[in-house]
Amino acid sequence: MLRAIRPALVLLALLTALTGAVYPLLVTGIANLLFHDKAHGSLVVASAGPLGSELVGQNFTRPGDFWSRPSAVQYDAKSSGASNMGPLHEGLHEAVAARIAMLQSADPEAKLPVPADLVLASGSGLDPHISPEAARYQARRVAQARGVPTAEVLALIEVHTEGRTLGILGEPRVNVLRLNRALEGLRPSR
Amino acid sequence: MTAHALLLCGTYVAVLVALAIPLGGYCARVLGGEATLLQRPLGPLERGFYRIAGVRPDDEMHWRDYTAAVLWFNLFGLLVVYGLQRVQHLLPLNPQELGPVAPDLAFNTAVSFASNTNWQAYGGETTLSYLTQMVGLTTQNFVSAATGIAVLAALARAFSRRRSETIGNFWADLVRSTLYILLPLSLILAVALAADGVVQTFAPAAEVELMRAATGPEGQVITQQTIPLGPGASQIAIKQLGTNGGGFYNVNSAHPLENPTPLTNFLECLAILLIPAALCLSFGKIVADRRQGWAVLGAMFAIFLPLLGLCVWSEGQLAPQLVELGVDPSAGNLEGKEVRFGPAASALWATATTAASNGSVNSMHDSFNPLGGLVPMWLMQVGEVVFGGVGSGLYGMLVFAILAVFLAGLMVGRTPEYLGKKIEAFEVKMAALVVLLPSAGVLVGTAIAVASAAGRAGISNPGIHGFSEVLYGFSSASNNNGSAFAGLGANSFFYNLALGLCMLIGRYGIIVPVLALAGALARKQTVPPGPGTMPTHTPLFVFLLAAIVVLVGALTFVPALALGPIVEHLQMTGTHP
Repeated sequence: MLRAIRPALVLLALLTALTGAVYPLLVTGIANLLFHDKAHGSLVVASAGPLGSELVGQNFTRPGDFWSRPSAVQYDAKSSGASNMGPLHEGLHEAVAARIAMLQSADPEAKLPVPADLVLASGSGLDPHISPEAARYQARRVAQARGVPTAEVLALIEVHTEGRTLGILGEPRVNVLRLNRALEGLRPSR
Repeated sequence: MTAHALLLCGTYVAVLVALAIPLGGYCARVLGGEATLLQRPLGPLERGFYRIAGVRPDDEMHWRDYTAAVLWFNLFGLLVVYGLQRVQHLLPLNPQELGPVAPDLAFNTAVSFASNTNWQAYGGETTLSYLTQMVGLTTQNFVSAATGIAVLAALARAFSRRRSETIGNFWADLVRSTLYILLPLSLILAVALAADGVVQTFAPAAEVELMRAATGPEGQVITQQTIPLGPGASQIAIKQLGTNGGGFYNVNSAHPLENPTPLTNFLECLAILLIPAALCLSFGKIVADRRQGWAVLGAMFAIFLPLLGLCVWSEGQLAPQLVELGVDPSAGNLEGKEVRFGPAASALWATATTAASNGSVNSMHDSFNPLGGLVPMWLMQVGEVVFGGVGSGLYGMLVFAILAVFLAGLMVGRTPEYLGKKIEAFEVKMAALVVLLPSAGVLVGTAIAVASAAGRAGISNPGIHGFSEVLYGFSSASNNNGSAFAGLGANSFFYNLALGLCMLIGRYGIIVPVLALAGALARKQTVPPGPGTMPTHTPLFVFLLAAIVVLVGALTFVPALALGPIVEHLQMTGTHP
């Protein structure tokens, strides 16, 4: 029974060195050589410095911006989290009702029903995407606030919509940060 | 189910089987000590390891020595992870300057990773240093999976031997599984993930400007966002492949830096079932009858596919209470899910991760519709034998196969046999132990938790759903899965200790009887099949095996499930006909 102690300790040390140090260092080396930016969080780099990550959602509240999904952590990327509320949780019903009311007060002409992703919180709290339906739902509000034709905003959504990979994987979606940055390029018509 | 969901699930199963066939053959060669392609570059390393450790890989072990080796190795691994967490503030590679982890949480995490459970009572980015994640957790991700493969190899060998006192050499099984199976696959997957945006760096978290200043909870103006980085891809690859599941970030593979695209999602999801499926075919090869491996794999799919269908259908629905408020139901239940994955890929992941004892998540199971949440819960409760853990799922399923031939034998009054081995009193006793121990952990643990103030304190959802949170937690820990209804506040002294004990029992309380079983089977003479022998490669046996698993799982857990998700489903739909 005690004969196993030495090999157990030695092999644990050796396997720790191999899988706990050599392996992650090797992957880091390869990743940084081949895909440096992606391995570093896909940061959006501007002349002034990094302007967010393509992959991490941000909070937008102005009527002239597209809003991201509700987040249980208010897009604080230091932590990540979800509401973890079940479908019968009254807290969820209250939150959804409040979010619908907010969308309608920002755009009184907005109709029901509301696209689900716009009023239901994401799993990570950092979802960078909304569905194309959720983007189109906000188009009129954004266009009015910016004084641009709604058609132009809708066209911009179309351009920024990513489809399914190979037609099978994932769902159609729009990156909110990228879409909002593109909005800044539109000129008011009045 | 929509056409797209069917296409997605069909593609998943097709790719899985297509990859499992060659990998299964390869794993069988590795475990048989035969020459493989990787032996040329890695062989010197393997032999060097044996020399330094003072082991001779050809020295066969008695089952008792094999068990002792498994237990010592796991004990030391557990102690290292515990120690690392307690002193991480004194060690390098801690750029966020995180403090030492509290003793109860450190115990829970150490047990969790040594036992291949990877229950996360901690939040990765806020609790553990890069060093702890790498040296402690990544290592255990490898060696706990390798331990599972080793125990399976010992059991499979026992079937193929006759009148043998030994079942193989644990050190050789451990080193070969790590070096030739887990490490190369992880390297390929990690690089593929990093190529599509999963982080992999030793740089500290990045401070970035927000596009619009935001207002914080105390009214302060926030202009920056902290993007947490780290050596993610390397750990994420093995946590998927080794049925570990412990995430780099708090929300696991729902986090956009842990699982950024539909393609990374597909690869990570594929990795969950890849080795467990392949090992079924390896088993067929080791016992020199490939049909036996396909039969076991067939029984797994027979349980997996209907449950997958139920989960995908359920998550495609939206609760009538939310529809009434004015939410569009056409996109399904998106609470706790990411837009890039949607309900279909989220439900596929949830089913795969609990069929296997992986436990990683790409969506929050706590927010699933009641029947959608029932599927992962019940898949864990049947004992993690539908694919199950790397190695451990198959040895669990083989125990069910022994029960199946035993019950069939009782019906016709003949001594049961499996793969030429007579199944007698000792084997059935060990099999019963393997089935009963984790079930007892689930039910007794849940009962104690809901009956005690300390247990109820962790519940976050009101009513029936709160009970489901506790039941899910104990199902997960006792069967070494690790996924959670994450609303459960599990980082308390009570849950850290209770779930830690359940994880220990669920892992080692099974490994010991399984190895005893292996020892007993190896000693037996192999009897040639006679006219009364039930063939175990036919559709009839596949059906019988699947039925026994379902029956045992149903009989044990339907009362508890009726109190939880089933009542909740009726509450959800009952008032809205």
